[in-house]
Amino acid sequence: MILGIMPHYRILPLGDTALTLEFGDRIDPALQAAVSALDQAIGAARAQGHLHGIVETMPTFRSLTVIFDPLETDHDRITELLNTLPGSSLEQPLQGRHWLLPACYEPSFAPDLDSVAHTIDGDTKTVVHLHSGCEYVVYMLGFLPGFPFMGDLPEPLHLPRRTEPRTRVPAGSVAIATGLTAIYPWESPGGWHLLGRCPVPLFDARQEAPALLQAGDHVRFDPVSATEYARIERALAAGELDASAFQTSCEAKPA
Amino acid sequence: MKAWLELTATGVYTSIQDRGRPGFRRIGVPASGVLDPALMQIANTLAGNSADHPVVECYDGGQCLAAVGGSVRIAVAGSARLELIRGDERVTLAAWRSVTLAPGERLRVVSIGPGRLAMIAIQGLKLVPVLGSCSTYSRAALGGLAGRALSAGDQLPVATDVPDGRELELPAPWTTEDRPIRVVPGPQFDHFGDAGLATLLAGDYRVGTASDRMGIRLEGPAIAHLPGMDSEIVSDAIVPGAIQVPGNGQAIALLADAQTAGGYPKIATIISADLDRVAGKPPGASIRFTAVSAAEGVTAARDSAQRLARAIQSIRPCAPDSGQSIDIDALYRSNLVSGVVDAARSGGAQPDMTE
Repeated sequence: MILGIMPHYRILPLGDTALTLEFGDRIDPALQAAVSALDQAIGAARAQGHLHGIVETMPTFRSLTVIFDPLETDHDRITELLNTLPGSSLEQPLQGRHWLLPACYEPSFAPDLDSVAHTIDGDTKTVVHLHSGCEYVVYMLGFLPGFPFMGDLPEPLHLPRRTEPRTRVPAGSVAIATGLTAIYPWESPGGWHLLGRCPVPLFDARQEAPALLQAGDHVRFDPVSATEYARIERALAAGELDASAFQTSCEAKPA
Repeated sequence: MKAWLELTATGVYTSIQDRGRPGFRRIGVPASGVLDPALMQIANTLAGNSADHPVVECYDGGQCLAAVGGSVRIAVAGSARLELIRGDERVTLAAWRSVTLAPGERLRVVSIGPGRLAMIAIQGLKLVPVLGSCSTYSRAALGGLAGRALSAGDQLPVATDVPDGRELELPAPWTTEDRPIRVVPGPQFDHFGDAGLATLLAGDYRVGTASDRMGIRLEGPAIAHLPGMDSEIVSDAIVPGAIQVPGNGQAIALLADAQTAGGYPKIATIISADLDRVAGKPPGASIRFTAVSAAEGVTAARDSAQRLARAIQSIRPCAPDSGQSIDIDALYRSNLVSGVVDAARSGGAQPDMTE
């Protein structure tokens, strides 16, 4: 019996080891929520010993990829099992956490703040106000371990990537591009516009949950001075402060 | 006695790999893992380890490893030319068998080929897993030794005190078929249509020089995106084997260290049974593709696993037991030496002693 979840996604083969369940082709909080709901339903079924042969699932903006062991199962089998998932589990509300993450927007940490202000015909205060003035949803983690794709940015900050990507973006950089914002967990090449720096590490393999954020979380940025940035960074490194201190119990109030 | 294996030379690129790090894609951590799982399993079985134990993955040869502080048993899987160095003696050695290095003895991977990958298993290699795996993923400093590729002077600790049991050999080298690489069309086949797929399947592609554990560039006929289709998509998941096509039409086949998601449409995905052959192709090598169904891909994976299981079952003790350290004369007798650098010592050898 089809339980009403099939119409929501297309099933696309991804080689002999995976299927991609595609809910749409856009960045849209509703698609992310649908992806997350199916991901949770599969997680719950696996926890009960069902869905034999699945290795892991990978949620993205708009699709859920199911990776399986072809020695244990196959595409048809996985598709059949997905049809048996209880539809009701898809209606459970998502339990995303809320975060208020410090961000220093001072010039030494914000090499692109001036150019972004110039591009949008505003001043740097406006850019900081816009960027820190709303709460973002974490659509997915990818590109690098712990790298959160968050959105949506206020309309004026919708910019394409830089025409000249940097070969070296510092770890902790708070950046924007293509309607999204992110924090670089690692030093890496990158083409996004750098507006500031966050002192809270986004990935620590020693932790039970190595990534600070997960898909479905909500993030707001809290502008801090360079002095405050340094204090937080020191306190985190010394173990006097835990990253969980930046989690808020409910939706953060507007600044 | 505490022993370790010291790398005295690392060659082109050498890293610790095992089965990989499944389960963390959702937080952006790639699967990683060995590029040729069959070679890993064979090498480990020969060395007396469990099949998925971490191995030293070697690109292109040039690696040299010395036993220090005690005897260390190792085994090399792959089409590699090997040399055992003991004092002034240099003996050419066949792959596909275990060898116990006495303290001070060294094994050198002279060259690898055809193909560019070989795996060195070390009995009792003792490393600390990170996120469930010892695989090196250097971009995020995960696994291996301190999260990085191996370099000269690195010491690999060995837990086994004294290797026991006889040396093991694989009677017939593990080979792969020289036939087109099988791909399953999709997931974004509809960005290219039949014309795009026909370009991929008809093209004689070459492996680009900028190729590594993340992926290989396919140099050859550009694959056109259908009119009206964007050359970028909203990111979705990648698995090793996915062939992504950026706006310039130059395809890239992604491998174990590829990022978990990407914004280029993927025309097709190389099946897991053929991915080792792709990863092992050196720059400039020819590569051709043929399309199969997803179900055929699954069947190929199962056939490949059965074939590997049979090969591993065929592993047997070497004829003469050479004891704690390698006995070169015994190697002559057992016909495992493929040639000898010191010509004076080869006088009594059988004339047809190629491997």
